[in-house]
Amino acid sequence: MTLIAENVSMAFGGLVALDDVTLTVPDRAIIGLIGPNGAGKTTLFNCLTGLYAPTSGRVLLDGRPLEADPAEAARHGVARTFQNIRLFSGMSALENVLVGRHTRIKQGLMSALFHGPAFRRSEAEAVERARAELAFVGLDPAGDTPARSLSYGDQRRLEIARALAGDPAVLMLDEPTAGMNGSETTAIRTLIGAIRDRGITVVVIEHDTKFIFSLCDHVHVLVRGRMLVSGPPEAVRTDPRVIEAYLGTTECSK
Amino acid sequence: MATLAQQIVNGLVLGALIGLIALGYTMVYGIIKLINFAHGEVFMVGAFGAHFTSAYLLPDAMPWYAALPVLCVAAVAVSVTVAVLMERLAYRPLRDAHSLAPLITALGVSILLQEVVRVFYPGATAPLPFPRVFVDSQLTAGSLIVQWTGVLAVAVSPLLAAALHWYVERSRLGRAMRAVAEDPDTARLMGIDLNRVILATFVLGAVLAGLGAVLYGIHYGQIDTTMGFQNGIFAFTAAVLGGIGSIRGAMLGAFCIGMVKSLAGQYAWGGAQYDYVWVFVLLILVLMFRPQGFLGRLERVRA
Repeated sequence: MTLIAENVSMAFGGLVALDDVTLTVPDRAIIGLIGPNGAGKTTLFNCLTGLYAPTSGRVLLDGRPLEADPAEAARHGVARTFQNIRLFSGMSALENVLVGRHTRIKQGLMSALFHGPAFRRSEAEAVERARAELAFVGLDPAGDTPARSLSYGDQRRLEIARALAGDPAVLMLDEPTAGMNGSETTAIRTLIGAIRDRGITVVVIEHDTKFIFSLCDHVHVLVRGRMLVSGPPEAVRTDPRVIEAYLGTTECSK
Repeated sequence: MATLAQQIVNGLVLGALIGLIALGYTMVYGIIKLINFAHGEVFMVGAFGAHFTSAYLLPDAMPWYAALPVLCVAAVAVSVTVAVLMERLAYRPLRDAHSLAPLITALGVSILLQEVVRVFYPGATAPLPFPRVFVDSQLTAGSLIVQWTGVLAVAVSPLLAAALHWYVERSRLGRAMRAVAEDPDTARLMGIDLNRVILATFVLGAVLAGLGAVLYGIHYGQIDTTMGFQNGIFAFTAAVLGGIGSIRGAMLGAFCIGMVKSLAGQYAWGGAQYDYVWVFVLLILVLMFRPQGFLGRLERVRA
């Protein structure tokens, strides 16, 4: 399973959010995506998950072009979380994860309408799996709590559990530690490692560069819609272009 | 006293029938934020479907327990067909359009369906008598007269609403419907087929409207092409009153409206000619003090 953005550009009216971006997401790795605010990181996520149709260029999933159809992307194993948490707040934690499982449940219309034995079996399996994902991210496997009454950190975990329930090959996390304290951030780092160990590729957007450089196998730096630098963390960290993008240049340093 | 009891009974029956239509309004609004003004016509074509079956397909003398199920199936089949065509041909192409476009389209579809039935259905230029299955027997208590058809409506309608509520809360499709209602984009990212869920919502609404049409026909004994429009307005008002998007709210709103219309028609100034007025006075009062309706939730604007 490889996910490739090939020369992707995205313009909203006159604003060019992505300019000829190419990104390859390899199997079983943790990929970091960093860049200043407004660099186009979330826009790139939206293109990779089928929410946006790129203005030009294309997204390839296992070599096949991805339609701008999020349900299609989900079926092919691309899952994500959001920078501003987007849970189904009126549903319980368990129900949220069950919705995440939706794409992997075969839907016989008759069976679904009349709740036959096949339906009950697959529903029971889905519930069991959903509880396992809740436990995996460190939430109460009962999952009775309405999503809206969970703490902020737990809502982020629940979003990850919901994404994992769809058996993704690639999991895209948009600022998973935003607003978290130090110990919560450490816990998320451990969780991301455990996800990778399950054989799932993780793509992370983060502002916390320390977090990214210590966690990722590859780091991509996006600046003003262009892919500035890509490479292993050590090389990216010391790249003068990255330092310039983050810290700016002064007359003195020149 | 007898008059009061009689009007309460009449109000309950009207409320039960309006409630079955109101459920369709509230569900479609809950899913795609569209007031489907043509939903009243889904109800109306169901009644004509049942009428057609009875007038042209069924033998004349059929006992009610055989005729009634056939009429229900016919009405539901016609209502569902029209609702599915409406969704596919009129609303789906406008899915990404400004929300005003489907709303105007709904008004157009409403007029179109009324006129098509009026022009092409034999005799539909005037009210048509509905087959009198089940209609003659009644329950009397003193001077109070309760038709069995009314008892049936008041018994069946809340049961269907409860079944719908259970289905939306417990079934997999219901879960998908609630997910789409809360956040369509995220629901799609979970692999939920938006078109399928929306279509299923229209179908569920049409099933209830079709059943409501048969109950309406056998109770009032006649149908006409404007029945969908008139009752649709009441049903829409009921859905708003109860809190649009809420299933229980729609039913509650419908019973309130049935009651107000019935009692105001008897006792209020202006009599039966002004009963509409009091329904909308109630709506205005409720919306002034509780804009989200009885059981509705306030819309939160997403950043």
